[in-house]
Amino acid sequence: MKLLIKDGHVINPESKLDGICDILIEKGKIVKIAKNLNVADANPVRSKAPGATAPPAAGTSNGAKIISAKGKLVLPGLIDIHTHLRVPGREDEETLLSGMQAAARGGFTTICCMPNTQPVIDHAQVVQAITKEAGLLGLINIIPIGAITKGQKGEELTELADLKEAGCRAVSDDGFPVVNAGLLRRAFEYASMLGLLVISHCEDLNLSRAGLMNEGLTSTILGLKGIPEIAETVIVSREIELARYLNIPVHLAHISSSRSIELIKQAKEQGIKITAETCPHYFSLTQDLLMSFDTNLKVNPPLRRKEDVEKIKLALKEGIIDCIATDHAPHSDNEKELEFDLAASGTIGLETALAVSITELINKDILSWQGLVRLMSLNPARILGLDKGSLREGKEADLIVLDPNEEWVVKKEDFLSRSRNCAFLGMKLKGVVEYTICNGKIVYKR
Amino acid sequence: MTWQRKDLLGLQELTQEEIGFILETANSLKEISLRPIKKVPTLRGKTVALLFFEPSTRTRTSFELAAKRLSSDTINISRDASSLDKGESILDTAKNIEAMKIDIAVVRHSCAGVPQVLARHLKAAVVNAGDGAHEHPTQGLLDLFTIKERKRKISGLKVSIIGDIAHSRVARSNIWGLTKLGARVLLCGPKTLMPPDVEKLPVEVTYDIKKALEDADVLNILRLQLERQKESLFPSIREYRQLFGINHERLRYAKADVLILHPGPVNRGIEISCDVADSQSSLILEQVTNGLAIRMAVLYLLSKEK
Repeated sequence: MKLLIKDGHVINPESKLDGICDILIEKGKIVKIAKNLNVADANPVRSKAPGATAPPAAGTSNGAKIISAKGKLVLPGLIDIHTHLRVPGREDEETLLSGMQAAARGGFTTICCMPNTQPVIDHAQVVQAITKEAGLLGLINIIPIGAITKGQKGEELTELADLKEAGCRAVSDDGFPVVNAGLLRRAFEYASMLGLLVISHCEDLNLSRAGLMNEGLTSTILGLKGIPEIAETVIVSREIELARYLNIPVHLAHISSSRSIELIKQAKEQGIKITAETCPHYFSLTQDLLMSFDTNLKVNPPLRRKEDVEKIKLALKEGIIDCIATDHAPHSDNEKELEFDLAASGTIGLETALAVSITELINKDILSWQGLVRLMSLNPARILGLDKGSLREGKEADLIVLDPNEEWVVKKEDFLSRSRNCAFLGMKLKGVVEYTICNGKIVYKR
Repeated sequence: MTWQRKDLLGLQELTQEEIGFILETANSLKEISLRPIKKVPTLRGKTVALLFFEPSTRTRTSFELAAKRLSSDTINISRDASSLDKGESILDTAKNIEAMKIDIAVVRHSCAGVPQVLARHLKAAVVNAGDGAHEHPTQGLLDLFTIKERKRKISGLKVSIIGDIAHSRVARSNIWGLTKLGARVLLCGPKTLMPPDVEKLPVEVTYDIKKALEDADVLNILRLQLERQKESLFPSIREYRQLFGINHERLRYAKADVLILHPGPVNRGIEISCDVADSQSSLILEQVTNGLAIRMAVLYLLSKEK
């Protein structure tokens, strides 16, 4: 099956492409990217005169499906370096299928699922079970992230080479920090020998203990126990020092505080191999919203001050933060409709990340489209060492067609995710994915 | 003025006028408890549900008595009797309460925000009877009432709140109420029990007990939860008493007519010495009496058709 995407505005940071172009896809790969392509270009014999009238939207002609992307944007498929699927163990909250469908709707063609499942993704067998099922479902690419330590207990290393062999590109104990710095050093060294990236969850548990929201005036007024900024920055500093001393790359998950940005900036200036991600809720929502005690806004790390939000936006613009990840964390209503103290932390994000980014970053002139695609596709691919995140002839056809101007309201009943715990409920956002194409196949159509 | 609010969740959101109105209403209802027949028919046919998800004797008794003096029916749901431990969410509990067609729900919970969330889901009026370290509005109101009754005013008084500010909902409701009515509020306690950024509120903060006492018109002394010592929030009970305990000697720094408040129950000999607790300056029992009047006023105002 051939697929021709006509007349879209193609944005591809790697080749600096930024203009109207057609993309022809065949057998799962991009065959050609050029102006004024038609279906015949895929065939050895040219049967149609150039300059023929535009084909109808998503029509079929000559054995090829044609998608008219006129007035739309065509981007490389997004890559999420930080997703929580609840498989195995909590399929009531998310299954591979629902997670993939949600991802496809959000414009993601590759997602990396974190290992804090039941059982933990700490053995090759668990990795294989996930990738096998994902392969059978055949929607988008799923790359499991293995645990650094067995059971994420912070005590013994997992069989890292085995995890790599089974398909992991990165390891993390996300949800928890590796408390023992000596053990973490060994993990960094061993993983780097294998070319496995280590992703660090930066939280000092003794400083954050029992905390529910960012520490400061708002937590004082609400009487909710605070999580101080230093719970994040103390561990950011530690990881930077380990990366410097060992000269090994380290990726920092869900950066939320302005002080972390300063530390990362400094480290990068010194040539330390640090990369970092942030999440849409950290550049769009502030702690003041918690005055409502809405548990959908309970996330870890917590929503911070307005100053932090502004600094994170600036860091995205300046390249201090390398990528946007969702930290998609599905939770059932019975884990969220509880007292604020007892409710689970996390927000789903796969279906809102792109639209929040468009609304907060593009439409507020923080980033260009090139910049945003870099942060949501090219950079995560590079951090993970994946040959993805770019539209190139001969490469897997992972791409999306997007209407960047359409407005929509985030509603509880509209999610494809099995869970509904979204921090953005009720918000008006801009940008709707019309098609998600993964490995040349339309996996989501609006 | 007329009362417009469905719920009483905290003093933060109340205006000076609303606070004044509750105090006036309490003033006119206080006399009922002095009659030989201590009951008026005002809330006859109404039902007040007392939902206490945290152990409490004083506050629950005070609300129950207030409801009964106004002829309301009352039901008690304490934590053990509730279904919260049986996997039911707080929302389920709220819907069940709603189904019983109650008029007012008085809610106490160890977690901040529970009354706020219930108020959003219930048609019944919700009274916050203390939520975590957030607010305890009727305690704040009864403290204001007690001060005003003695001093004839609130504005311009120096009121020092002493002790574990960080974990105290009483302190927060006092801060809002007192500052709205024009008092000068000073907070004093160990730095480890002072909530972050509290100085950004219109209060002064000191760690020197003498400064808190100097020229003070009112001392509101908070109960020290002794288990905080186990969390290393202060080194020992002994050191706490030495630095922040109020005894007769220390009281000389305050004005001669200083008033002593304490939300109870008192740790005698720790945050307050026995002689001070039992002195002429101590209004601890008057607070209890006034608490009843305040709660009658709140139930009365919230039960009126709006």
